[in-house]
Amino acid sequence: MALLQISEPGGAPDPHQRRIAVGIDLGTTHSLVAAVRNGVAECLPDESGRVILPSAVRYLEGGGRHIGHDALGEAAIDPRNTVMSVKRFMGRGLADIAHREKLPYEFVDAPGMVQLRTVAGVKSPVEVSAEILATLRQRAEDTFDDDLFGAVITVPAYFDDAQRQATKDAAHLAGLNVLRLINEPTAAAIAYGLEHGSEGLYAVYDLGGGTFDISLLRLAQGVFEVVATGGDSALGGDDFDRLLADWALAQAALSAETAQDKRSVLVAARAAKEKLSAADHATLACPLSEGELSVRVTRADFEALGRELVARTLSAVRKVLRDAKADRQDVHGIVMVGGSTRMPMVQRAVGEFFGQTPLTDLNPDEVVALGAAIQANALAGNAGADELLLLDVIPLSLGLETMGGLVERIIPRNSTIPTARAQEFTTFKDGQTAMAIHVVQGERELVSDCRSLARFELRGIPPMVAGAARIRVSFQVDADGLLHVTAREETSAVQAAIAVKPSYGLSDDDIARMLREGFSTAEADMQARSLRESRVEAERMLLATHSALAADADLLAEDERRDIDALMAQVRSVREGEDHHAIDAAVEALAKGTEAFAAARMNRSIHDALAGRRVEEV
Amino acid sequence: MNLASDDFELFGVPRRFEQDRAMLDARWRALQAEVHPDRFAAEGQASQRVAMQWAVRVNEAYQRLKDPLQRAAYLCELNGAPVDTESNTAMPPEFLMQQIEWREALESARSADEVEALADEVGSRKRSAFDALRRTLDERGDVAAAAEQVRALMFVERFVEDIDHRLEALGQ
Repeated sequence: MALLQISEPGGAPDPHQRRIAVGIDLGTTHSLVAAVRNGVAECLPDESGRVILPSAVRYLEGGGRHIGHDALGEAAIDPRNTVMSVKRFMGRGLADIAHREKLPYEFVDAPGMVQLRTVAGVKSPVEVSAEILATLRQRAEDTFDDDLFGAVITVPAYFDDAQRQATKDAAHLAGLNVLRLINEPTAAAIAYGLEHGSEGLYAVYDLGGGTFDISLLRLAQGVFEVVATGGDSALGGDDFDRLLADWALAQAALSAETAQDKRSVLVAARAAKEKLSAADHATLACPLSEGELSVRVTRADFEALGRELVARTLSAVRKVLRDAKADRQDVHGIVMVGGSTRMPMVQRAVGEFFGQTPLTDLNPDEVVALGAAIQANALAGNAGADELLLLDVIPLSLGLETMGGLVERIIPRNSTIPTARAQEFTTFKDGQTAMAIHVVQGERELVSDCRSLARFELRGIPPMVAGAARIRVSFQVDADGLLHVTAREETSAVQAAIAVKPSYGLSDDDIARMLREGFSTAEADMQARSLRESRVEAERMLLATHSALAADADLLAEDERRDIDALMAQVRSVREGEDHHAIDAAVEALAKGTEAFAAARMNRSIHDALAGRRVEEV
Repeated sequence: MNLASDDFELFGVPRRFEQDRAMLDARWRALQAEVHPDRFAAEGQASQRVAMQWAVRVNEAYQRLKDPLQRAAYLCELNGAPVDTESNTAMPPEFLMQQIEWREALESARSADEVEALADEVGSRKRSAFDALRRTLDERGDVAAAAEQVRALMFVERFVEDIDHRLEALGQ
């Protein structure tokens, strides 16, 4: 049994004990799943040999759905029910969505996140994304003929808390254990193995289907630090398609009024754009209800149309350099990511801006997934000694609303995470017993210019004169960049807390309901899934405790060791049972019972690390 | 070494104002390489929680140590002379006069060149103020005087931000 085999500290587990972990690039136009196999990261193909899964979901009457290529192929005939580029709607309200009059969907303005009305009912962007993730999970499980240990999912560096939370919710809904969310550009740098290269500043220019990200990474001692991130979450290849489509319609003096026409002309524009990356001219052609559209377009025409979009990316690049207080000459290398970087005009403009040729060796569609797979493999503990550590920053400042609609910044942007910061506030009225707490994200001074993340109330403050209460509001941002806020009145210890998700994310009840409503994957049975998840967690906890004991058992007194052994025995005895609550309870007890041990181990490792370094310096 | 160690102990650097930034960066990375929750992603929740506490603590210390002004304020506090910006806003009159002059100069500046010239002047004043602060802390050990210098420098830093905003607005 695997449990009795303890791997050397720092060594990779035996092959049959390897945990299968995948990297998923959940992209605007397409998504991919990759894994490290035989030491090499590779994208996993579907049964037809295709690695790319178009991020498209078509809902059918009666509850079925087509996902990926099928849905993409049907987009032109059923645009209203075929959701594409859903990533743009993640964690977004109706008002946030640009060009929505040009989109073929029927939006429903739900509190928090916008929803879409389809023949199969109203769908949240989280549900649509979960369909894509579940398809990729199935593909990975079929490839390995085994359950997944977990996944690393990439998000644009610019994603705010609500968008990250929505992504995590979607993964949860798809039955994935999220090891980490990582920024797409960082994943790309990992894919290029830049951590083995020369130390210094690198830029990752990621022009995907729907988002543009620019990140500056600093590499030192094999560790990446995200120095600054910027970009535009509503700028990408889709915008080039739209400009080209509008231009072609104007040339032909035609218009696209119906949803189907709009979709057809966009699909034709995309095909023409892709052709122009290699050819000097292309023909944009498709049938419309008014007549046949057929327009010849040269690369020069297209580049004239796209010039302004490319310039917008470069001004975001300038801003990030300014934020980082760096010059373009400081940048050692530029990684190109995203299918849109195949456009010659983009490569040329970036090369001219930085005065050097950007890196384009890897497939720009795959690099992000490949990097995520490498990171997932390391996080699952398969990578052995040369583990990869990713240090990250939060992209946008977090703060609170104060008097007069002003923002009090609590955690400034580009703070390294995880991080925690607290600030004290007081009451402004005599006898005030409640305080509203409004959490916002953004760089502007006024609350109305920032994104609202959550509101909650601290109640039960004992009546006091104005200014006497001491309310301490603490922000904690975890390694995924997700925020938890607590508020506490110090003199009375009244407390309120919130994991920031209510205004945009889904509540646990929502997730449970969606899981109940079923998914396209084989096992929709929630009980079975919970049981399986509990068993995986029990297994993981036992393994972790085993390896901790193997390394540091000498830190424990005899009775402490006995207690831990008893807790482990308890987990083992319920593990194969059918009651997932009993398994969860035993695992939780083991987790609690090993907390002091974990703290002692951590202290030892820090001591050793510092001592080791001091010796090196002598 | 524990979570209650002060920033200098945690980073294993001398408790003084003058610091080697490259050393701080290296120590930060080495510490994070030990404590970051990612190192324990495959382990139980208890390890994750403890790792999180440590990683937060290391980042807090790093943010404070690498910023000269925050570092100076922290040293004052450790040595019993908290900077206390909330309750103590007393400034020497000549410093206040200087502030008013600068603010007026910024308001009346019409071109980017004028703002740049002001930025240069403020920048050089700031550098000499930091140099004086270093001597007060590391050579004379006069934390009470240092706390006053820190308060004055906080005003200067805020003014530098205003200049930056203005430059950004002027398209620089």
